[in-house]
Amino acid sequence: MGIQQDIIIAGFGGQGILSAGRLLAYAGMLENKNVSWLPSYGPEMRGGTANCNVIISEEPVGSPILNSATTLVVMNGPSLDKFEGVVEKGGIIIIDSSLVDRKVKRSDVEACEIPATMMASDMGNLTYANIIMLGKLIAKTAIIDKSNFEKALIKVLPPKKHYMIPEEMKALELGMSY
Amino acid sequence: MGEKLLMKGNEVIAEAALRAGCRHYFGYPITPQTEIAHYMAKRMPQVNGTFVQAESEVAAINMVYGAASAGVRVLTSSSSPGISLKQEGLSYMAGAELPAVVVNIVRCGPGLGGILPAQCDYFQTVKGGGHGDYKIYTLAPCSVQELYELTVDAFNISDRYRIVTMIMGDGILGQMMEAVEFRDEHEEKVIPYDKDWATTGTQMKRDKNVVTSIYINPEVLEKHNQKLQAKYATIAQEETRVEVFNCEEADIIVTAFGTVARIVKNVIKLAEKEGIKVGLIRPITLWPFPDAAFRQYSETAKAFLSVEMNAGQMVEDVRLAVNGKRPVYFYGRMGGMVPAQSEILNKIKEILAK
Repeated sequence: MGIQQDIIIAGFGGQGILSAGRLLAYAGMLENKNVSWLPSYGPEMRGGTANCNVIISEEPVGSPILNSATTLVVMNGPSLDKFEGVVEKGGIIIIDSSLVDRKVKRSDVEACEIPATMMASDMGNLTYANIIMLGKLIAKTAIIDKSNFEKALIKVLPPKKHYMIPEEMKALELGMSY
Repeated sequence: MGEKLLMKGNEVIAEAALRAGCRHYFGYPITPQTEIAHYMAKRMPQVNGTFVQAESEVAAINMVYGAASAGVRVLTSSSSPGISLKQEGLSYMAGAELPAVVVNIVRCGPGLGGILPAQCDYFQTVKGGGHGDYKIYTLAPCSVQELYELTVDAFNISDRYRIVTMIMGDGILGQMMEAVEFRDEHEEKVIPYDKDWATTGTQMKRDKNVVTSIYINPEVLEKHNQKLQAKYATIAQEETRVEVFNCEEADIIVTAFGTVARIVKNVIKLAEKEGIKVGLIRPITLWPFPDAAFRQYSETAKAFLSVEMNAGQMVEDVRLAVNGKRPVYFYGRMGGMVPAQSEILNKIKEILAK
């Protein structure tokens, strides 16, 4: 990976946008990278959308606020509209194509479509869609190692939910190999 | 140091307070700092502490007054409009020389304003806020790790000088998650102070202690004020903190505190690529203000630029410190807008082209 990856993850409230970002940051920290996670907590939350800024860097993180991103992960249409323009030239946009009904308009970024919500539905649990998206992100950017993601799950999930970890890892692998 | 954890700024403040021996929290919820109250509500009963969600901010600060009078470590937290409501209590606590830690996770005003990050309470905290001649020792952390370190220090300094200490942050610091490493419990820097002035009950073995801010006799009150001012002078001497970064040979020195200082550090890297040497003076204590650092670098830097999330507040203290030796400029955003790196860099170029 480059010296610093700037990731914006965005979608509706309830899709696990903030927790996906938190898992990603945690895994980055477990790799001894410098990380920050900043959620949207302002007025945009009132509209039911959620987003977070995640920075994973070899160097100390300056501002945790992202004015531009190297990778954008979007799980709804309004988020693509809002953030398509902030992706750096040559950056990556990962789209949940089961929920976003348009294509990326820009030609100077790499667009990756993955029907994550449909895939999660096939797994029998819609809540894994965010993890499938992260799988795609990891495959595209090598931002973190899969094994550290599992360690992050152990840290972040309360013990009573640890039984879900094998399924979460399956979802991650589905996303990685799509 | 212990294990590295990824935690929210607000939660780290609460955890740091517990580690510093604080067992009493009184507050009233307000965004963007409510996680402090959440955390305390959960943890205080586990450590035999007291958590009270007061009926208002005014009630909460008076509960703090009571707990501090009894000599225990006590915390309250709020955000700008709530801190305004606490001002009377803070003035009384200054008068009564009560130690306590108050957190202000600043949001944008005036009035109810908005919940996004701002630094528009600098004047309120540093220049008084409440009535009377008094000071609040004000710390402005810029990272989650520093929220931990400075919250622990805040309790020690409060007790040492019998002064209210304020931790001043903003919604970004409160809401963001970063890595934090806590010291092992037995290594925590908790300094116990003998509070022989506290109202803990005489057990019929000593004279009574009185904690008050009322002094009707003018001679006595003037003496009391002189004592307070002497204490403030000692604190300014002993406890001023500042980070000086890249200032040797800098053409221009940017000054910023809290979140904005982080943005400026990125700007310094950008400027370096364009051959512009930019330094940073980051006041860690807003009061006492680190005048000496500004005096020192006003010998070498061509100009100063204060960047703040307000209409220009700290810049007044920068001007006083620089004392006309060099031009002092200002760039600010308000209303929850955060200055972008490019905006700050453009302002630097504009100043250097003059």
